[in-house]
Amino acid sequence: MSETIAVIDYGMGNLHSVSKALEKVAGDQKIVVTGDPAAVVAADRVVFPGVGAIRDCIAVLRERELDQAILEVAASGRPLLGICVGMQAMMSHSEENEGVDCLGIFPGVVRRFPEQVDEFGNRLKVPHMGWNQVRQSSHPMWQNIPDHGRFYFVHSYHVTDLPEEQVAGGCEYGLHFAAAAARGNIFAVQFHPEKSAAHGLILLDNFLRWQPGAA
Amino acid sequence: MGLAKRIIPCLDVDQGRVVKGVQFVDIRDAGDPVEVARRYNEAGADEITFLDITASHEGRDTTLHTVEKMASQVFIPLTVGGGVRTLEDIRNLLNAGADKVSINSAAVHDPAFVQAAADRFGSQCIVVAIDAKKVSAESESNRWEIFTHGGRKATGIDAIGWARRMTEYGAGEILLTSMDRDGTRNGFDIALTRAISEAVPVPVIASGGVGNLQHLVDGVLQGGADAVLAASIFHFGEYSVREAKEYMISAGIEMRL
Repeated sequence: MSETIAVIDYGMGNLHSVSKALEKVAGDQKIVVTGDPAAVVAADRVVFPGVGAIRDCIAVLRERELDQAILEVAASGRPLLGICVGMQAMMSHSEENEGVDCLGIFPGVVRRFPEQVDEFGNRLKVPHMGWNQVRQSSHPMWQNIPDHGRFYFVHSYHVTDLPEEQVAGGCEYGLHFAAAAARGNIFAVQFHPEKSAAHGLILLDNFLRWQPGAA
Repeated sequence: MGLAKRIIPCLDVDQGRVVKGVQFVDIRDAGDPVEVARRYNEAGADEITFLDITASHEGRDTTLHTVEKMASQVFIPLTVGGGVRTLEDIRNLLNAGADKVSINSAAVHDPAFVQAAADRFGSQCIVVAIDAKKVSAESESNRWEIFTHGGRKATGIDAIGWARRMTEYGAGEILLTSMDRDGTRNGFDIALTRAISEAVPVPVIASGGVGNLQHLVDGVLQGGADAVLAASIFHFGEYSVREAKEYMISAGIEMRL
């Protein structure tokens, strides 16, 4: 029987891009966009995308009991992929919206980019928007993607305070921040693979084939 | 290593067809925006901007359908602008697969609309497009005003103050077009680009006037732009996106190849 991939829909953003990009690489796997916690828990693999503000995101997840579904998938060993605000929501806490407690799957903290200037004295713009390079740590999700390959980012907050062994990818924007986090069956990225052309599609393809238990 | 500057080809689309002509050398139907966007995606464009110039209501549905088709085949960011007036317009475009929407006249008529849009959908998808024209005399210090209706209607609003205000309202990016330079091929208005880029904390896309690759370099190095938008130099196959990027890299600018 072919696998089912759930893309979590909590009514916040544009899931079209994520589901279309997954469909592009899916083969016979079935992509389902769903807001039903039971369907999320039942899926073989789960994608947790996100855009917008963290307070609304967490509030809607709790209201629809999707927070519990995500925690259950995280504990189940089945592959779970967080994207952008989805990654941030997996951390312990975010400074956005006067401080919001998140799902706590990772111990990281989400902070706003500080005001900074680059080497030419120009102000670094926030949001960090565009194509930046990701320094990879060894992980099957990076297979066939060149180290320091570029991905598309758009975010004003970034993940910090992640233990080194959980940082799967690093990025520079005035400071170092975690562009990817990994722990067991969970992988989370700050960038948008669904908008990152070839590199992004390879990463999504890797996710659809990832066997977290295997060496 | 770090964040790359962006090259953004712009498509003017009317009722689902690219207008103003796109004449790739070996493309069969240059009028199909999905095909054109795919070509730019393959050519290494960093984003696509889709400017909907359709006036009619029926045409808008065609636009949504086109955006939908584009989003299922082109996996780079897509900004859609033109005629965005209500929160429903924005929701429809985002649902169809746009990543960002660009608001122009509606922001001038009702600045609070930008605030409502950013609150609802997040700053990351709200681009405010500014059409600015120089209004100061040669002997005076530079001053630019916002114009609407394709540069025909003056508003009396100072461009720099307006750009600041829009970012305070939640605009996540500014698409800045010089009405003096648009269509001239004489290069960006560098003083304007620099002034706006220094005035706002968000990324600025320079637009209007690109005639050669050095203009793109000047927009970034002198104007301080985070991204450069161009149409005709790419549409007519004069330069490829790749050539433009290689030229910019040789000028010391970080680009994605």
